[in-house]
Amino acid sequence: MIETYVLPVLKILVLLNAVLVSVTFMTLLERKVIAWVQVRLGPMRVGPHGALQPIADAIKLLLKEDITPARADRWVFTLAPIVSMVPALIAFAVIPFDRDVTFFGYRVPLFIADINVGLLYIVSVTAIGVYGIILAGYASNSKFPLLAGLRASAQLISYEIAITMMLVSIVIMAGTLSMVGIVDAQYRAGVWYVFLQPVAFVILFIGGLAETNRAPFDLPEAEQELTGGFHTEYSGMRFALFFLAEYANMIVVSAVAATLFFGGWLRPFPNVPALWLLGYVPGWVWFLLKTFVFLYIFIWIRATLPRYRYDQLMRLGWKVLIPLAIANLVVTAILKVLL
Amino acid sequence: MFDTNELVINMGPQHPSTHGVLRVVLRLDGERVVGCDIVIGYLHRGIEKLCEHRDWAQIVLITDRMDYVAAASNNLGYCETVEKLMALEVPRRARYIRTILAELQRIASHCLWLGTHAMDMGAMTMFLYAFRERELVLDLFEEYCGARLTYNAMRIGGLPLDLPPGWERKVREFCAVFEGKVVEYEELLTHNRIWQARTKGIGVIDGHDALAIGLTGPPLRGSGVARDVRKDEPYAAYAEFEFDVPIGSAGDTYDRYLVRLEELLQSIRIIRQALDGLPEGPVIGRVPRLIKPPAGETYHAIESPKGEIGFFIVSDGKSNTPYRFRVRPPSFCNLQALPQLIKGHLVSDVVALIGSIDIVLGEVDR
Repeated sequence: MIETYVLPVLKILVLLNAVLVSVTFMTLLERKVIAWVQVRLGPMRVGPHGALQPIADAIKLLLKEDITPARADRWVFTLAPIVSMVPALIAFAVIPFDRDVTFFGYRVPLFIADINVGLLYIVSVTAIGVYGIILAGYASNSKFPLLAGLRASAQLISYEIAITMMLVSIVIMAGTLSMVGIVDAQYRAGVWYVFLQPVAFVILFIGGLAETNRAPFDLPEAEQELTGGFHTEYSGMRFALFFLAEYANMIVVSAVAATLFFGGWLRPFPNVPALWLLGYVPGWVWFLLKTFVFLYIFIWIRATLPRYRYDQLMRLGWKVLIPLAIANLVVTAILKVLL
Repeated sequence: MFDTNELVINMGPQHPSTHGVLRVVLRLDGERVVGCDIVIGYLHRGIEKLCEHRDWAQIVLITDRMDYVAAASNNLGYCETVEKLMALEVPRRARYIRTILAELQRIASHCLWLGTHAMDMGAMTMFLYAFRERELVLDLFEEYCGARLTYNAMRIGGLPLDLPPGWERKVREFCAVFEGKVVEYEELLTHNRIWQARTKGIGVIDGHDALAIGLTGPPLRGSGVARDVRKDEPYAAYAEFEFDVPIGSAGDTYDRYLVRLEELLQSIRIIRQALDGLPEGPVIGRVPRLIKPPAGETYHAIESPKGEIGFFIVSDGKSNTPYRFRVRPPSFCNLQALPQLIKGHLVSDVVALIGSIDIVLGEVDR
């Protein structure tokens, strides 16, 4: 009874809240890190060093008037923020934070589900998220969001292919689609996959930036060109949902990168007994640490680089990343057979 | 069964990247710009007519409000025009200090341009870095004349004030700091692949066309025409200094960017020479109490950060206001190149190009 129903529901509740809280505080982290890069202080007023800023922001957004433009497609307009938020949250279901921890005498695996097609699940679910942006652009019935929607759909097609092909190389290496299985395979191999598949990692990272609409690929948003792009017509909490979805997606991409390439919950050099001291740090701490490093890099890139242009983004996707991903896949497959 | 329409899209006057209240009506085919109309006049205050109803000394203050990010250059242009009309002798020290102020102003204006131009293309850190240095220049101006934006820093016949004590040393310190910062800008942008991809080959205009449209300043020099009023028709004390006029070759956004960046360093060079050779003496010449130029007309142009700013003034010799006051604003003339530059580029390039020709709407509309 407890094992089948109570624990999973509890885990879902804890995870959902943890994700939402961390997403909210991601906004603070981003503002702070960018401020430090730019020799500023960032938010300082609400709470010590602005620590409560996200709460103030949330209250402000909740109290704002929720406007639906008169000419908008009402249903789709309401649906769009939900479509972008929900996939970002349910993708967390298969991300393993740790193998298991003992909790009041129960052995609790720190993931909600270890389905045998975990990786495929993540790819499919995150792909749905982009529809939120396309729908928002279409439903606003306004020109700037429409252009943003077009950009988003082009971006989706260009980068999804490269990412998925790159994931196939990982699956060939690990022999499984299960996220837990892939970490176990890295343990057996004794080396993180980033050292065996560096090209795949670079493609995942660039593709991840594009998938989450982060700089330098934040074309659908492009504040300076499209005045906010797809969320121009949104206000209040619906507007905030798009942002929360963006941050949640960033966490998903970082977590997936940490799992596939940096050994998930494994400590560095998992098979070297001489480093047994590192084993005292719980696995989920390693996992969160790795994820955090990626999130930091995401923000760092945003603070540094200018934005790509629409056609340059497509060129990068189709002429560089996809051929590279195919070549990587072929080489991986051949080596797998030979070795 | 299906037909396609051009998408007409309105950018501005309230748009984050039109640098003020410029309105551009774009006709798009997908994201490609087929044509555009520029609508101006949202900041028109009738400055030229206003000046015909103010006495000669008051006009200095109104010129501040034209190119409000380069007020000292406007002051200089106007004062020199009236001095030319009245054949006034300006003391050598005043001319040196004017040169220093004008070059500091060029640095401030170019910093603002660099920051917003980079910001338009998504490089937001550059914006704050450039503004950080602009702040230092504004501090210097504040110490000299008390104002940070509209300086009213010059008078007909010279300057209202001598330099405050210690100011020269602070300017020298600023020059040393700023040279290092330019290297920082180059690291962030010049060699950045994305920046190059966004600017190279965008908005190409050759020297012949640029002259035909009447471009001046960095947009003209970016197209390879070495025209600089400071060099060709020296005013203030420019004839006594050594400096280079950087020119581009391709005439694209990247070259215009490089030209302005090099101009920052040349400005530092001029300021250093001016400080080294700063003569002693009065800062204002023998100016009559009542300024009333003799009947006649004159045109005088200087090199403002945006390009050639010229003043055409007619005096009837009787009243104590100009009979006719007309400005040749570089922003307005340079803006005329925009439809030609934009054609065939993408929406993203529109903001790059508006930034690249560096306009100030206060000067376009006047």
